[in-house]
Amino acid sequence: MRLSDAPKGANAVVQSVSDAHPADPIAQRLRDLGFVAGEPVRLVARGPLGGDPLLIQIGSTRFALRKSEAARVDVLVDGAA
Amino acid sequence: MRIALVGNPNCGKTALFNQLTGGRQKVANYAGVTVERKEGRFVAPSGRTLHILDLPGAYSFEATSPDEAITRDVCHGRYPGEAAPDLIVCVADATNLRLHLRFVLEVRRLGRPVVLALNMMDAARRRGIAIDVAELSRRLGVPVVETVAVKRGGAKALIARIDESVPDIVPAAIDQASVEQLHTEVRSILAATVTTSRDTVAIDDAIDRWALHPVFGLAILATLMFFIFQAVFSWAEPIMDAIESGIAALGVFVTGFLPADSALHSLLNDGLFAGLGAVLVFLPQILILFLFILVLEESGYLPRAAFLLDRMMFRVGLTGRAFIPLLSSFACAIPGIMATRSIQDPRDRLTTILVAPLMTCSARLPVYTLLIAAFIPSRSVWGVFNLQGIVLFTLYFAGIFSALGVAFVMKRLRKDKSEHALIMELPSYRLPNVRDIGLGLWERAMIFLKRVGGIILALTVLLWFLSSFPGPPDGATQPAIDYSIAGRLGRMLEVIFAPIGFNWQICIALVPGLAAREVAVAALGTVYAMSGSDDSVASQLGPLIANQWSLATALSLLAWYVFAPQCMSTLAVIRRETNSWRNVAVAAGYLFGLAYLASLATYQIARALS
Ligand SMILES: Nc1nc2c(ncn2[C@@H]2O[C@H](COP(=O)(O)OP(=O)(O)OP(=O)(O)O)[C@@H](O)[C@H]2O)c(=O)[nH]1
Ligand SMILES: [Mg+2]
Repeated sequence: MRLSDAPKGANAVVQSVSDAHPADPIAQRLRDLGFVAGEPVRLVARGPLGGDPLLIQIGSTRFALRKSEAARVDVLVDGAA
Repeated sequence: MRIALVGNPNCGKTALFNQLTGGRQKVANYAGVTVERKEGRFVAPSGRTLHILDLPGAYSFEATSPDEAITRDVCHGRYPGEAAPDLIVCVADATNLRLHLRFVLEVRRLGRPVVLALNMMDAARRRGIAIDVAELSRRLGVPVVETVAVKRGGAKALIARIDESVPDIVPAAIDQASVEQLHTEVRSILAATVTTSRDTVAIDDAIDRWALHPVFGLAILATLMFFIFQAVFSWAEPIMDAIESGIAALGVFVTGFLPADSALHSLLNDGLFAGLGAVLVFLPQILILFLFILVLEESGYLPRAAFLLDRMMFRVGLTGRAFIPLLSSFACAIPGIMATRSIQDPRDRLTTILVAPLMTCSARLPVYTLLIAAFIPSRSVWGVFNLQGIVLFTLYFAGIFSALGVAFVMKRLRKDKSEHALIMELPSYRLPNVRDIGLGLWERAMIFLKRVGGIILALTVLLWFLSSFPGPPDGATQPAIDYSIAGRLGRMLEVIFAPIGFNWQICIALVPGLAAREVAVAALGTVYAMSGSDDSVASQLGPLIANQWSLATALSLLAWYVFAPQCMSTLAVIRRETNSWRNVAVAAGYLFGLAYLASLATYQIARALS
């Protein structure tokens, strides 16, 4: 499932980050920030307008990601298959 | 020896730099505070002089914004006119090692001597994070020291270590490690050296539940902003009154010793006391505004506000990241424009730079306050709000809304559909330190007083000179200023500005306002003192213009200052940051156009209604 579609408050594990286009700097940055396979993440909150951006917790750090950015991250949500 | 401080954003590099060098560079609780390289010196206990370089924070050497590029270039020895540093002090936030260690590994790969400073050890201990420093140092192959950059003596271990010897260079184990490999290494290092009880701080979670709530979050933000404007207006009033009468008394006392018709008497009374006094009164307001800005900056709330507003700002062609630069512009557009370096996307950055002058800078506050106090009755509205406060709030918002409008038009003109990044870190909340805030305010007060004693004084004296010479011919019937250079210039400009209701006195005041906006107030003080028949004008500018101007003129001047195109330093910094005269012309042109149109509309409508 895409991280942008994860339910609020759910714990998830990153599977992969995919490039939206070749040499995608946003995907590269997400990987640098720790969005790599096996890393636990959590969708903490959604922004007030249109549910954008998302507040994502990874490790002890919180990032605001736009939906389009979070959509690059493929996750496995605990409990869901 | 040259030492560079390198690390992730917001890990305390600048706090450490200040601690080492005794400097006062800006420290605040969000990523992207430092946006240029800053140099300082410090004499180590051994007597050696060390050159310390503070650099912008970076998540990675794959730079995505101009500030990160500076750090990358300095570290690689590619920065123009500068060799690579002899020693890199890599700073990492001990409470955030999962993120920060990866960059440490990247820095280690540079193949230069590195010392790791584990900063924020106080916070780490409070959170129950235990770090095996010896093991960490062994695994990384670099010396590791603990620091608390915000505590006196908190950098002792670091000073001792860098004074001792330059550490050996660790040969990089894997030269071309992939991101995944680096992260794997970080995980294994963490597993062996760090024990934590939980990932987050309970208080952060609790505050964020409210502060980022879709409804309450926005309500809290709006209330906070409104409260600040009310406070700036109402808290400052008693102090301002005291300063005003103090200056008036001093003026009477000092000029009492001078012959009443001498040039010196006129210079002191009309130039110094009427001019400078008029500006000095605004010190309390400016300090109250900065009190709020400093507390907000240190609290960690600002990135939250950016989170709340990102969607809206994105719609109009900005980004949530623009929030902090734009908020800084309320103090002054110059640091605001510099702060845009932390915006990754060059188009977002340019838009932010171009609209930053629309944020009402603190130098415009004197103009607003003077006019509001003179023309808007101090009435309470719905029992809680003051009408004057509401007008001030409206003026600030007029600036904000026009910024949104201008950004939107630019987005349309650009027709650009590509993706712009946000990716913004939200730091832990932190209680501001009273001493730091006090020092920050003291600094702002000094900056303001230096401006008053420097450029504003110089311009005021110059204006007094231009308004006094040439003197009136024999048998002149008008006040002397009518025959002076300034008087003539004012009359010439009046032709252009008459349709928007500006008289020639205002026109004169606008000219020195090009160099510093507050001067406009000082200049009005001087001009009216010069043209007044008696000498009692000093610091009585408000009541005087209330008598002489129509309400329409006052409102028109307020509208003019919402856009206030006339600030040379802002245009200069736009030129420097965008490296283009074209952008300067665009900014100056659209600001002037909007100012003129807004004033024209305000003046004509107000006149039609009255
Ligand atoms: N508790 C605690 N707070 C610290 C310490 N060092 C820095 N801080 C706080 O951390 C925040 C960031 O400090 P800065 O020095 O601005 O960080 P920076 O690394 O220069 O940040 P950028 O310039 O944005 O890269 C500020 O709110 C500081 O007050 C520390 O040792 N302990
Ligand atoms: Mg800094």
